[in-house]
Amino acid sequence: MEFGWGAHLPILQVIVVLLAAPLAFLTRRVRAAWLIAFIASAIALWIASRLLIQVQQDGVIVYQLGGWAAPMGIGYHIDLLNAFMLVLVSAISTIALPYSLRSIENELSAHSQPLFYVYWLLCVAGLLGILATGDAFNVFVFLEISALSTYALIALGSDRGGDRRALHASLRYLLLGSIGATFIVIGIGLLYMMTGTLNMMDLAARLPAVEDTRTVHAAFAFLVIGTGLKAAMFPLHTWLPDAYTHAPSATSVLLAGTSTKVAIYVMLRFLISVFGFEFSFIGIHVELWLLPLAVLAILYGSLCAVYQMDAKRLLAYSSVAQVGYIFLAISIGSAAGIAAGLIHMFNHALMKAVLFMAIGAVVYRAGGSRLFHIAGFGRAMPWTFGALLLGGMSLVGVPFTVGFISKWYLVTSSLDTYGLALVVFVLASSLLAALYVWRLVDVAWFRPVMHERELQEAPLSMLLPMWVLVLANVYFAFDSDLTVGIAQRTAAVLLGGAP
Amino acid sequence: MQHDLILRIAAKLLIPMIMLYALYVQFHGDYGPGGGFQAGVIFAVSIFLYALVFGLPAAMRVFSPTLVQALAAAGVLLYAGVGVVSMISGGNFLDYGALNPGDRALGEHIGVLLIELGVGITVAAVMIMLFYLFASPIDADDSGGH
Amino acid sequence: MQHAPYWLVVVLLMVGFYTMIASANLVKRLIGLGVFQVAVFFLYILLAKVRGGTAPILEEGIALYSNPLPHVLILTAIVVSVATTALGLALVVRIYHAYGSMDEDELVQHDNEVESALAARDARVLQAPRKAESS
Repeated sequence: MEFGWGAHLPILQVIVVLLAAPLAFLTRRVRAAWLIAFIASAIALWIASRLLIQVQQDGVIVYQLGGWAAPMGIGYHIDLLNAFMLVLVSAISTIALPYSLRSIENELSAHSQPLFYVYWLLCVAGLLGILATGDAFNVFVFLEISALSTYALIALGSDRGGDRRALHASLRYLLLGSIGATFIVIGIGLLYMMTGTLNMMDLAARLPAVEDTRTVHAAFAFLVIGTGLKAAMFPLHTWLPDAYTHAPSATSVLLAGTSTKVAIYVMLRFLISVFGFEFSFIGIHVELWLLPLAVLAILYGSLCAVYQMDAKRLLAYSSVAQVGYIFLAISIGSAAGIAAGLIHMFNHALMKAVLFMAIGAVVYRAGGSRLFHIAGFGRAMPWTFGALLLGGMSLVGVPFTVGFISKWYLVTSSLDTYGLALVVFVLASSLLAALYVWRLVDVAWFRPVMHERELQEAPLSMLLPMWVLVLANVYFAFDSDLTVGIAQRTAAVLLGGAP
Repeated sequence: MQHDLILRIAAKLLIPMIMLYALYVQFHGDYGPGGGFQAGVIFAVSIFLYALVFGLPAAMRVFSPTLVQALAAAGVLLYAGVGVVSMISGGNFLDYGALNPGDRALGEHIGVLLIELGVGITVAAVMIMLFYLFASPIDADDSGGH
Repeated sequence: MQHAPYWLVVVLLMVGFYTMIASANLVKRLIGLGVFQVAVFFLYILLAKVRGGTAPILEEGIALYSNPLPHVLILTAIVVSVATTALGLALVVRIYHAYGSMDEDELVQHDNEVESALAARDARVLQAPRKAESS
């Protein structure tokens, strides 16, 4: 009976973080809970990178829970796509945790702080679980674990004299999120009805035989709408701006970096791995729905962002627009397009995390995230606003940032399908992004200070993670093989090796 | 309701029965209908009855909120712990057979018993936690919520 | 007639969904959510039924039994639904405490009032003259 951890990495990926949650809960001390969360998150990052390396070398890893074979038991199924996403989620969590410590101390009461890390761990464990599992129903269970802890993380924004609107935002998200999750369960149930299996690989094998039935088409619709709701696909995005605005700053960092991306992953997984590319794109033409919605999302999100008075809300609307870019890339319906979508998922997580971190640092010093609080702080917090500026440039798509890489691959992959019109559109929408980023820059540097707070740079523990991500924003623009290479290979594998 | 004799006597008679029934459902779950979820809820109900008849403070003296929270976490840890132990003894996660390599059937039995116990403890604790949460006045502030 | 149970699912689904959309009362919305989710439980239980089958308990002489898997799945879904409802109600209690109301329309009105007051303050920032570069 030899024991090697290596064979158990797929389950350890989820279990380490999931087990850390009750442990952190038992300690009841902020620092201890934080330390447990950080260690668990770092281990998860290490496991994820090991898995990514392993998958690149040996191909798909399958792990059977409880030793039950696939159709009966739950199987974990790691391929390039989810290994890539696992690294993204655990990396964002690991980088954001050191940042949270001071930010959370400032925003939450002593009583709620340990709970914050418990919810954080549960949320991350849920997200990692969604990514790692190969069982359709297990996706739903982990989806709800992460969703429930997300609602709690958002509601904590009302803690300690915070804004009561956090409660309202959390409840609205809860109602909409539950509808989305229930739609996903209905879809999975209908698929199970037709195929008798919940394992995604088995589903993919058995669906072609029954794919012309109305039940399967209904399942497809339920799954796309359910995951679309979770991913804040326009016009199902209404929960997002309020939730991101009123949540504690550290929560916004985590959510902006991970949760919508994971929902998009679920949609991609169902569209391409389960239903198959032929069915989704050639049979049903899902891209005919995705494209107009994506275009509207970009226009609507960017236009709304331009008029926001609250920096966090501005960034939240920008997220709606950025999710639109990802769907735009997916709607191209080629390997290059899907690769572009994956690249943008990764890059957008990097830039939005930086931006929310910078605004969180402003909240730490100025007590709020509105223009009123930001005004005139640029000179007092050069590092914070430097990060904001660089993150913003990345968002616009200025060369030498990851944002440029995203837009480049989006435009080049779409030229064949949509032609020049799309290039013009992407340029125009980047202009809108430049407008709303400029508004923040203008207010921070060129307007007078409006309130009596002490003008001081944010603490080092917040600046360091922020700048790690800023450097990542620049680094991945030069060394794009890691993201672009993996994304292109992933897309090629997903589409069955087609170029 | 503290002064209602009939209710108090009836509750005193019922509570041990409910608890015993919960244990029956818990440990009968391997072979028949039952298991941790149901048993946990039934057990929690006995505490609810106690709190309703004798008052929330009395119930909180028996099962303090701290204890309840600790139990909720401990149940989850027991569940996952069984999984980890089965992993260390050579099987996959939650492969109970590996708990006792000599006789896999016995291992399965031990495994499912412990797993269900973990589920039962957590469900009972969470239910009691929720009851406390909704029964307490809001200013006492939050104990988590779920 | 064999689809009659599925019609029940559809009707329940729509009743729950409509309540969630049409009712302004937050507790009623959560009740709607409950009905909505129960409809899905029915859907799963229905598809587990095997005509002439008995309960899936291991005993001598039983060959035909219902599919136990959907029951297990729905047990999980019920737990999820209980947790969602509990969290939702906890939030409603807090909302009622913070706003003094649990009517969605009133909450939106309160939120808008706060927002417009804050926006007026922010507008002052945008009207303020830009500082000289050297300051």
